[in-house]
Amino acid sequence: MTSATELPRTEDTFVELENVTLTYGRGDKQVTALGLTNLRVNQGDFVALVGPSGCGKSTILKLVTGLITATEGFVYVAGREVGAAPVRVGMAFQNPTMLPWLTVRDNVMMPLKIVPPFRQEYQSKKKTEFRDRADALLKEVGLANFGDKHPWQLSGGMLQRASLCRALIHEPQLLMLDEPFGALDQFTREELWAVMQELWMKLKPTVLLVTHDLKEAGYLATRICVMRTRPGQIVDDAQVPFPRPRTIDMSYTPEFVSMTQRLREMIVSQRPVKETV
Amino acid sequence: MTPHTRRKVWSAVLIVGFFVLWEALCWLFNVSDIVVPKPSQIIYTLYQRGPALWPHTLQTLYTTLVGFGFGILIGIALGVLIGSSRLAYDVAYPLLVGFASIPKVAVVPIFVLWFGSGTVPAVLTAMIMCIFPIVVNVATGLATTEPELEDVMRALRATKTDILWNVGLPRTMPYFFASLKVSVTLAFVGTVISETVASNRGIGNVMMIASSNFDVPLVFAGLMILAFLGVSLYAIFSLIESRITGWAHRKDEFAMG
Repeated sequence: MTSATELPRTEDTFVELENVTLTYGRGDKQVTALGLTNLRVNQGDFVALVGPSGCGKSTILKLVTGLITATEGFVYVAGREVGAAPVRVGMAFQNPTMLPWLTVRDNVMMPLKIVPPFRQEYQSKKKTEFRDRADALLKEVGLANFGDKHPWQLSGGMLQRASLCRALIHEPQLLMLDEPFGALDQFTREELWAVMQELWMKLKPTVLLVTHDLKEAGYLATRICVMRTRPGQIVDDAQVPFPRPRTIDMSYTPEFVSMTQRLREMIVSQRPVKETV
Repeated sequence: MTPHTRRKVWSAVLIVGFFVLWEALCWLFNVSDIVVPKPSQIIYTLYQRGPALWPHTLQTLYTTLVGFGFGILIGIALGVLIGSSRLAYDVAYPLLVGFASIPKVAVVPIFVLWFGSGTVPAVLTAMIMCIFPIVVNVATGLATTEPELEDVMRALRATKTDILWNVGLPRTMPYFFASLKVSVTLAFVGTVISETVASNRGIGNVMMIASSNFDVPLVFAGLMILAFLGVSLYAIFSLIESRITGWAHRKDEFAMG
């Protein structure tokens, strides 16, 4: 089991959860979403969080983004308590959550309108530099001519690509992906993995990816953390040794298969029925 | 003929048919002018008395628009205030419903008491008539904004004001414009009520005097003018609505434009 006391803090540590617990509700209805969790993520790491549903994977993302506050313990980003550090965060959810009244391009450009230092220049650059940047990014994910469309004119897969663009346009140091490929078909998913890998290798943000798909975790992540449920906790933390750029073919090699099998067994063995806690 | 133009043609036929039927029934049963004047007679009255009616029409339009304008400003302000938090929404709603259920006619004498007769009480009556639908719609639009949309912004560390401007208000626009269409007709009701009770100008006043003189064609001419003004403003706001909130109706023309 990983513990903050065992893993020394290094120069590279970018995200740190220290003895974090999170409970919802009060009294009898109290639910512990996350119980005494420690996690360190280095700068430029791509960490996948896998585990059974309800194990608090998304909770970790929300804590690191500052959308919710830990009941106990501390969350540090870039060496300071979450929210205090001027870190640019990008986020993509399972739902594309595009704003329906804006064009796809304007949706993608939204972070530039909000996040400093871009927001100060937004009015002067939104029709030139920022617009070009959005178009370039859209082109990279295969949406070259869709900038002027409205979200409802795009398919789910296309919206998810646009959602990735929005998460990346402000060059975030920290990228939060909450099952962004979960609702897509297998082929679109695999295609987007490749796109995601390419973008990550180019921009090198620190990524936390929540997923149910072990193949996805193996393909994308440099490190996979397995969580268990009730209370949510990290029970295994392993590096993914395969070289980059990874391919879909790689996921059929014996080494890859045995890795996903090991992860699968770990998750299946924690089903509530077999739980001994 | 496309289904769209067919619908428009039938609407026009229905309107014209209504007046034709009215005229025909008046002739058939020999209805007296004092009871129900014929449409042709109303149009003749409009033409004949037009120069005299014009300033009153302008007065009513002006009063309504000023009242409506204030109503929009105050309505949006209150709506944003109430809709911005769940707590404010729950706390303020009962009071709002209380105010809304007061018959607005009842407050005209109070306004007259405070401000004398004339334009001011008419503007105020128009204003309070149209505030409520705007407040309720703006507040509801804001209060029902999907938390996922807000999360996108909050993850970017957007301020409350950022979220309001970029998510809350745009999302509320369809609700807001729906309320404007209702409100603008209500503003007319407010103006006319007040003009009828306490004013010496405006279409409401003209109709009041005409009815006491048993000049029924003139009363109906006043009604026609009010109907025309009401429909015109409704149409203008419909047009603005479809331009601004086309995304909510997902019209093909809007998407292409």
